Amino acid sequence: MTWEYVLKGIEGAFEMIASLDVEVADIALRSIKVSGIATLMAAIIGIPTGVALGISTFRGRNVLRSFFNGMLGIPTVVMGLILYLILAPAGPLGSLKLLYTEMGISFGQMLLILPIVVSFTASSIESVEREIRELALTLGASRAEATLKVIREASAGVLLAVIAAFNRAIAELGIALMVGGNIFVRGGALNTRVLTTSIQMYVARGDIDIAIALGMILLGIVFVITTVSNFLQSRWVLK
Amino acid sequence: MIRLVGITKRYGETEALRDVSLEIKKGDVFAIIGSSGAGKTTLLRIISMLETDYSGEYYLNDIDVRKNQEDLRKRITMVFQKPVMFNTSVFDNVAYGLRIRGLSSREVESRVNSVLELVGLYELRKKNAKKLSGGEQQRVALARALVLETEVLVLDEPTANLDAGNVQMIEAIIKEITDDGVTVVMATHNLFQAKRLANMVAYLNSGELVEVGSVKQIFESPEKEMTKRFIMGETYF
Amino acid sequence: MKRVLVAILLIVFVISIAWVLQVQHQNQTRVLTISTTTSLYDTGLLEEAIAPAFKEKYGIELHFIPKGTGAAIQDAKNGASDAIMVHARSKEVKFMEEGYGVNRKIFAYNFFVIVGPPEDPAEIKGLSPVEALKKIAEAGRSGKAIWVSRDDGSGTNTKEKALWKMAGFDYVEVKEENWFRRTGTGMGATLNYANNVGGYTLSDTGTYLKFRKDGLISLEALVDKGEELINIYAIIIVNPEKFQKDFEGAILLAKWLTSREGQKIIGQFGVDQYDKPLFFPIVSVLEKKEEPIYDWILRYGLIEDGDKLTECPQRYRYQSSLTFFEVNQT
Repeated sequence: MTWEYVLKGIEGAFEMIASLDVEVADIALRSIKVSGIATLMAAIIGIPTGVALGISTFRGRNVLRSFFNGMLGIPTVVMGLILYLILAPAGPLGSLKLLYTEMGISFGQMLLILPIVVSFTASSIESVEREIRELALTLGASRAEATLKVIREASAGVLLAVIAAFNRAIAELGIALMVGGNIFVRGGALNTRVLTTSIQMYVARGDIDIAIALGMILLGIVFVITTVSNFLQSRWVLK
Repeated sequence: MIRLVGITKRYGETEALRDVSLEIKKGDVFAIIGSSGAGKTTLLRIISMLETDYSGEYYLNDIDVRKNQEDLRKRITMVFQKPVMFNTSVFDNVAYGLRIRGLSSREVESRVNSVLELVGLYELRKKNAKKLSGGEQQRVALARALVLETEVLVLDEPTANLDAGNVQMIEAIIKEITDDGVTVVMATHNLFQAKRLANMVAYLNSGELVEVGSVKQIFESPEKEMTKRFIMGETYF
Repeated sequence: MKRVLVAILLIVFVISIAWVLQVQHQNQTRVLTISTTTSLYDTGLLEEAIAPAFKEKYGIELHFIPKGTGAAIQDAKNGASDAIMVHARSKEVKFMEEGYGVNRKIFAYNFFVIVGPPEDPAEIKGLSPVEALKKIAEAGRSGKAIWVSRDDGSGTNTKEKALWKMAGFDYVEVKEENWFRRTGTGMGATLNYANNVGGYTLSDTGTYLKFRKDGLISLEALVDKGEELINIYAIIIVNPEKFQKDFEGAILLAKWLTSREGQKIIGQFGVDQYDKPLFFPIVSVLEKKEEPIYDWILRYGLIEDGDKLTECPQRYRYQSSLTFFEVNQT
């Protein structure tokens, strides 16, 4: 019985992709868009923060480092609930009108994955920091030039951090559901249904085969992104 | 050329160097010998201006280093015991220091290529440096320092953990450049190497400078009993 | 360094564009956010039938946020929605009493069903709901039957609690017994669970019929008659004095739901697929006083207001063009 679902799901996934089902394409693209924007936001905030934490030795650095490390595993439902309460019109950030919108999900996922970007960036900087800095310095670099070299040497690790962050964002359900609301109106411009929320909805409705097909698409996206990043990374090292 | 006066370096409670004073003349090949943990690397790092937190005085060509660290660092370069490679090609590794100094790309290319010929890595110039063997990496590190043509070259155990072939090759390169009059400061625990390459030797023990002298003096008629024991022990071994 | 700067500017640009577009859409599109119950939502009635028709007629997009009735009410209390569509009278009254909701209109009904394994170990087939629960408890205590409860504060769960009370059980006590299983989740998952363990449960008709037809469960509808099982859906509009929402739009929706057109769409939904309607229009029953349903609606769907019964007591009405059904208590 279970196997039947899986087989039907795989078949369904291929059918949906082959027939370019508009609704499915819309949902899949929204997933990529929403989590992509979340990842971009997390990157422009998180990479500089991670670099700063990786390079500098100011007081309180360790506290910040452990804070971000601790936030790595925060359950998405907890995050979703907190964000829901903050973003609800009666909440402190209600005036932003982000509840039940795409940008709301992006904002929430950004907060979710920020610790990933910060921590991974900081560790990849730390792993090369001392050696590369001293090497650059002794080869005649100024302090600023040495810092730049450290960042450049850590960039493969930073790319990995960003990819890991995107994969976590696109695969999470709690925030997309509680902050997004799984809204879908045919032809609507303000829909918030993404892959994970539609999967849970179809499961709740008993349409297991559609749910599995959508799951396959989600897996496919994550797989492609990961493969591309691995390829980029190996190019980076082998060049 | 290099004058150190009463250098003391602490790591917390322990003293890595205590009251070290010495002078290195232009053109010297100055070997620092001593067992591991004697403070050789710390001393080299101070000379290379990578270590800035110490007490004592340091003059380079009579200029106070402690006041002009950033400007003077370009005049000295150090090759670390464990070679560190940038994650780029061999060529780009060697070119880094020259590019930092703002040389034209034509000049960079010709200087890098000739140094790569010298260390026998020209054929591998396009390869990623991290993919090379240990011996090849040590040669890249050496080439990266040589290409800068700095006044002083600091080498920390340049042949540690290498096979005989690579040791011979690297020693030959060092020999070649010192014949050109470059000042070299090197740390080694290999007394034969010190004998082969250096003209001056300093014996460091537990952070204290025991004795400094010419190769001949240190190896044939050391003044201090301690130096004698170290030389003998090592020689018998 | 320059490239990094360009990249950052580009990213900021992309994000701002996305944001601006969204705000623009928000300003251009008139949207009603309706917090609702899963039993309405999961059948597809809201998104597949009501939303498209309403959008075509008024150009207003309906955004449905499915939650249990309890959570849907909480959502409205947080200012997230313009109206709620739910099915738990006691909670609805409380919602209005607290000042959050006004202008309650009932718009549809159907029946809950007690479903269970085809072998029916507690022998409840054809009994009244209250008798059936008594039998199930008896069989449960002797280890022959299992009861599955949603226990999630939903409308269905509220009805279940009321039924247990009528049968003479204290829900808080009885739910701790070992034949009483709690899923804490939606109707679909609860039906699946009941199916797997061969238990009995209370379900709304819509979800049950859908799961049954898709072959996901083999549970049978054993008790589907009895006034206690009537399930009445109402829309309540968020009090404009509490939150600045689209009050006029919500009034429009409430009006349309109880109009001839809205009632027809509700009554026809699902007939093609399941050969019978999942929801029944309520307005005609009230107008024509169709017995016995009329009587049941009075008892289970209306609220006392002095000597009258009404869908929305006078004190919870807020100025609008809506009219409310009233009848003198006899």
